[in-house]
Amino acid sequence: MLLQTKSLTHYFGGLCAVMDFNLDLQPGELVGIIGPNGAGKTTVFNLITGVYKASQGSIQFFNNGQAVELVGLRPNQVTALGIARTFQNIRLFRELTVLDNVRIAAFNQVGYSPWEALLHLGRFRSEETRIQNYALELLEFFKLHDYASELAMNLPYGLQRRLEIARAMATRPKILLLDEPAAGINPKEIDRLMEFIAWIRQEFDLTIILIEHQMRLVMNICERLKVLDFGKTIAEGLPVEIQNNSEVLEAYLGEGDDL
Amino acid sequence: MTTQPSNDSSKSKLSWSARFAQSPLLLRIAQAWEALLARRWLLPVLLVIGLALSFLIPQFRLVNEYVQLIMMYVGINIIMTISLNLINGYMGEFSVGHAGFMAVGAYIGALLTTQVLPYAWLEGPLVMIVFPLIVLAGGAGAALVGLLVAVPSFRTRGDYLAIVTLAFNMIVKSVIENIEAIGGPRGIPGIDKLTTMPWVFFWTVLAVWVIRNFIYSNFGRGVLSLREDEIASDLMSVNTRQVKLLAFVLSSFFAGIGGALFAHLLQFISPRVFDIIKSTDFLIMVYLGGIGSIGGSVLGATIYTVLLEVLRPLQVWRFVLMPLLLVFLMLYRPRGIMGLREFRWFVPNSELLVGKKKEVGNAAAD
Repeated sequence: MLLQTKSLTHYFGGLCAVMDFNLDLQPGELVGIIGPNGAGKTTVFNLITGVYKASQGSIQFFNNGQAVELVGLRPNQVTALGIARTFQNIRLFRELTVLDNVRIAAFNQVGYSPWEALLHLGRFRSEETRIQNYALELLEFFKLHDYASELAMNLPYGLQRRLEIARAMATRPKILLLDEPAAGINPKEIDRLMEFIAWIRQEFDLTIILIEHQMRLVMNICERLKVLDFGKTIAEGLPVEIQNNSEVLEAYLGEGDDL
Repeated sequence: MTTQPSNDSSKSKLSWSARFAQSPLLLRIAQAWEALLARRWLLPVLLVIGLALSFLIPQFRLVNEYVQLIMMYVGINIIMTISLNLINGYMGEFSVGHAGFMAVGAYIGALLTTQVLPYAWLEGPLVMIVFPLIVLAGGAGAALVGLLVAVPSFRTRGDYLAIVTLAFNMIVKSVIENIEAIGGPRGIPGIDKLTTMPWVFFWTVLAVWVIRNFIYSNFGRGVLSLREDEIASDLMSVNTRQVKLLAFVLSSFFAGIGGALFAHLLQFISPRVFDIIKSTDFLIMVYLGGIGSIGGSVLGATIYTVLLEVLRPLQVWRFVLMPLLLVFLMLYRPRGIMGLREFRWFVPNSELLVGKKKEVGNAAAD
């Protein structure tokens, strides 16, 4: 087991955004979370990554066989443990260069003290070279190295999406949380996106949780699905099972949807 | 730098300012300026010349005392501007209480010289060691206070943090006003004039160098990411609390240094000197020179300080002219003269290499 949430519940004031969410994530899995708008999918991501502190329940991350409780940790601590994410609407550091975007994500991997930073002494130079090369290698891997000194906001939309994933990978995650990776992407490009996700999953030995509305993508690449509606898990299982689940069809897919 | 060749149809639509910016004369000046800045060996040469001048000018009275005084104010204001730019420009917060930190540094320094240290220490060659320690103490005290202001920044930001810094400035002022032992509202008169031109030069260069180092480091990149998107930077493993703490401490440290130098130059300080208006002066210098730019901070502090003196014959009207200037600057260059750009002199070599690599790549693509 890599990640386990137990009766995870979160309230916004009186509103219950996520109710009793249970997930057992095995290493190497690709799990999809689907559900209508406002079902609490992104809230689950925000709870796991520490943006929100869960009202109830626990999230355990298994780090080399050792269980770490994630509830109460700050987002940067969760990320440092090996959980990275992307955002529904792209949240790059827009006015920084592509290279800086990636280097910043390696923040906790830099091994020099503030004093060495202030005086540019000691381990500063060797560490900076190491991080710069690491970032450039990643950019090369994601075919973004030609844009290294370009501002992130100047990249076309598709490349911004790719940069966001490259940036997330710079934190060296074991689990990657993808929040609607197909948002704003032309339906024809979905095949390429699916290949891309399969590729990074293999290359980086990743476990992935994916939120998505594009059913073709979800049904094709997810091994397991959880369906949320109004914060409750209304179904879970193999994509085929979900497709034929009457409750899901009613709540989410609706009538007349040709799936 | 390259300029985009524009076709004729679009050229006619260009505004007069854009056409002015494309005039051949201006382009040649810009090119010459670029070429000048590309010669990186010039910077150490200029520093040596500057250091020599800082000794020679007072020694041989190359310029009169009044101009010397202005030059020293320029140096102190550069320290203040660059340290404020770290918070307002690089981190993207809006601190309006920078004079508060300056006051802490100034009062610690002034009290050390006038009340704590024996007078014998301030005489003769010993002052060469004692004065930097006094200034450092001012900086350290301000840094400690900066730590306190950093803590609210964990929970709040933007306008709300601005209010916190505003309140901080008022608190500092009224605390000083109400402690009789340090002069109360009357302030501290008769501070020895220990600030000399070489010292101002030394501390200014140190402030610029250290803050530049900080910005071009892992922590500095963390500061920049805070400006861009705090949630994203948290989620990209940036220890935002550590970064905020470092930025505030560093900023207030140098503000304290500036304050201690200021006190030993003006020779008289009172709480009124460090009110909100003083903070506003530094804000103007930051936004005039350009946010997120070391070169801009140097330019902004220099231009504003000198211009206020040059316009002195206009008397009260200069306080009409200067704000007007600012209004036009904000309309046409909202990010200041150098906003988010940097003189190549202030960029470390390692960062420039990446830029080169890209240019090569672009040339190949073309």
